[in-house]
Amino acid sequence: MERKTGWFDKPENFKLFLRLFFAGLGLLLIVDFFLPKHGAFPWEETPCFFAAYGYISFVILVLAARVLRRFIKRDEDYYDR
Amino acid sequence: MTVDLPPGLVLICGAALVPLLRGRLKQGWLLLLPLLAMAAVHTVPEGNHWTFGFLGYDIVLGHVDRMARVFGYIFGLTAFIGFLFSLHVKDDLQHMAALVYAGSALGVTFAGDFFSLYVYWEFMAVASTFLILARKTPAARAAALRYILVHLAGGLVLLAGILIRLSETGRLDVDFIGLGGPGSWLIFLGIAVNAAIPPLHPWLKDAYPEGTPTGAVFLSAFTTKSAVYLMARAYPGAEILIWLGAFMTFYPVFFAVLENDIRGVLSYSLINQVGFMMCGIGIGTALSLNGTISHAFCHILYKALLFMAAGSVLHVTGRIRCTDLGGLYKTMPLTCLFCIVGAASISAFPLFSGFVSKSMIISAAGYHHMITIWLILQFASACVLEHAGIKVPFFMFFGHDAGIRAKEPPLNMLLAMGLAAFLCVFLGVYPQPLYDILPYPVDYIPYTGAHVVGQLQLLMFGALAFTLLIMSGIYPAEMRAVNLDTDWFYRVGGARFHGFTDRALNRLNEVCESIFVDKAAAGLARVSKDVPGRLVRLSLPAWWALRGIKGKEMEEKKEDLSRDAQEGRLPAGLGLLMGGLVFVVCFLLA
Repeated sequence: MERKTGWFDKPENFKLFLRLFFAGLGLLLIVDFFLPKHGAFPWEETPCFFAAYGYISFVILVLAARVLRRFIKRDEDYYDR
Repeated sequence: MTVDLPPGLVLICGAALVPLLRGRLKQGWLLLLPLLAMAAVHTVPEGNHWTFGFLGYDIVLGHVDRMARVFGYIFGLTAFIGFLFSLHVKDDLQHMAALVYAGSALGVTFAGDFFSLYVYWEFMAVASTFLILARKTPAARAAALRYILVHLAGGLVLLAGILIRLSETGRLDVDFIGLGGPGSWLIFLGIAVNAAIPPLHPWLKDAYPEGTPTGAVFLSAFTTKSAVYLMARAYPGAEILIWLGAFMTFYPVFFAVLENDIRGVLSYSLINQVGFMMCGIGIGTALSLNGTISHAFCHILYKALLFMAAGSVLHVTGRIRCTDLGGLYKTMPLTCLFCIVGAASISAFPLFSGFVSKSMIISAAGYHHMITIWLILQFASACVLEHAGIKVPFFMFFGHDAGIRAKEPPLNMLLAMGLAAFLCVFLGVYPQPLYDILPYPVDYIPYTGAHVVGQLQLLMFGALAFTLLIMSGIYPAEMRAVNLDTDWFYRVGGARFHGFTDRALNRLNEVCESIFVDKAAAGLARVSKDVPGRLVRLSLPAWWALRGIKGKEMEEKKEDLSRDAQEGRLPAGLGLLMGGLVFVVCFLLA
């Protein structure tokens, strides 16, 4: 047993990490309004399209996986029986 | 440095010396061989080399062009990194299997004819099986058996395709085939098995997590990517690959969310990444093919890096399930850092290698206004972040502290991961050396402001969703479970089919035995024994009556006759006479 507490174990560090993360997100949204864009599709030029697409994709993925689990989950020894 | 031997044979022949060498000499030899193979790849000029005639056909062991060379470089480089990672392993069989496996992958890459390609193809299947068997657990042995059976079946389909194509066209050369007759479809199917295109994919997720901690690094590189290479050579522009590839990026991501074994997650992620490559091959333009090949190059590096990080954790802790791990960043900071580099690369964060290669494929889909494909690929890109970008490092190194205080792995493992991580960052920051060796001239600039910010938004807001979902408890908890996939059809379906045929055929056998052996044969014996006697008993009394015998004498003669007939003591002449009469009756009736 060497070190038992890590950097993230301190609440203030974790808070700092989250603050930096949210600040980064805000910055990405703001910068997006000032960039010249030439996308293949019109929606690529809509500000914050990718932020919305990334967020929605992720939520759909996780919710769909929760539903999928109901159908495909079996006991760990399923194939050994 | 020049090596006058096909690159693949450098490794395969070199394997023979491994058991004879000891200590540092053996380690040096294992590291030298991939370098020699890479030197061979680098120095051989384009064209056909090492050709000879066999059964009237031209065998070409060295068909060298720009595309083959890219794969030659990356296979050699991965072999070097893989051997550096496994230098501490004392098992000669694993080293030899890895050498033959890597050598065969190089053999497939440079094969100019389908005969030698097929031989290398099967060598790859057999050699790689030993990297799973070497784990020496019952689960690994069972997985290895399923793995080799699937690959032998795939190999036979490929062989059937090769032979049909040979008989139809008389051609054996490994070049553009295109989807047409049955031969081309069978070759396509054989390659699809190795490329793990769903629903032919479950062997990968079944076998790779059972490989040895070091063996899985080799496994992650060669089988699927040699299939990508062959697909890019034989079927560029095959439209079906666009859709299969898109489906391939889409399908495994849901399973990856639920998978508990870290190397299982990486296996699903591997299928997802190969999907991008298949899509690029299907689009078939210079940009998309460049994208596919550069993505294969980058992918091999970061996937090997992720498998090395997972292998290191398995090596030092003996555990590899999400439910058993967590908090390892405290005692394994370097491994954690390398894993994050791999995770950032596969997620295609700007400044990491995946960004400069995957975007070429997605852009190619955009340039051709493939709306659905583009949307699927972007969706799959966000999903990569979930399973490979966040889940793998999060559950191993962060998450809840599992209380494991494992130390960093041996120096050679750290060096191998460090080298791979360096290359991931190097290619991400400065992709030009990679772009320079691609088959077609590259006119693509990955680093535009809109592209960088768009990609960062896609990923960072995905990460935001992860944060909110895990804090709200909606994110599905990791649990020890089996998640069914299409391998169900041969694991359970196969067992049931075996049970069904066992019961049905054995029952049929029993019925046949009772009908033909017991009843029919006995009946036939009885008929053969009784019929002549009965005929004699029917006909002789009439003859006796004609001769005037009657009354008691007649009764006595009948009794004697019955006894003789039952005991088989009739004179031979009588039996023959009756037999003759039967023939006469049959003749008259006919």
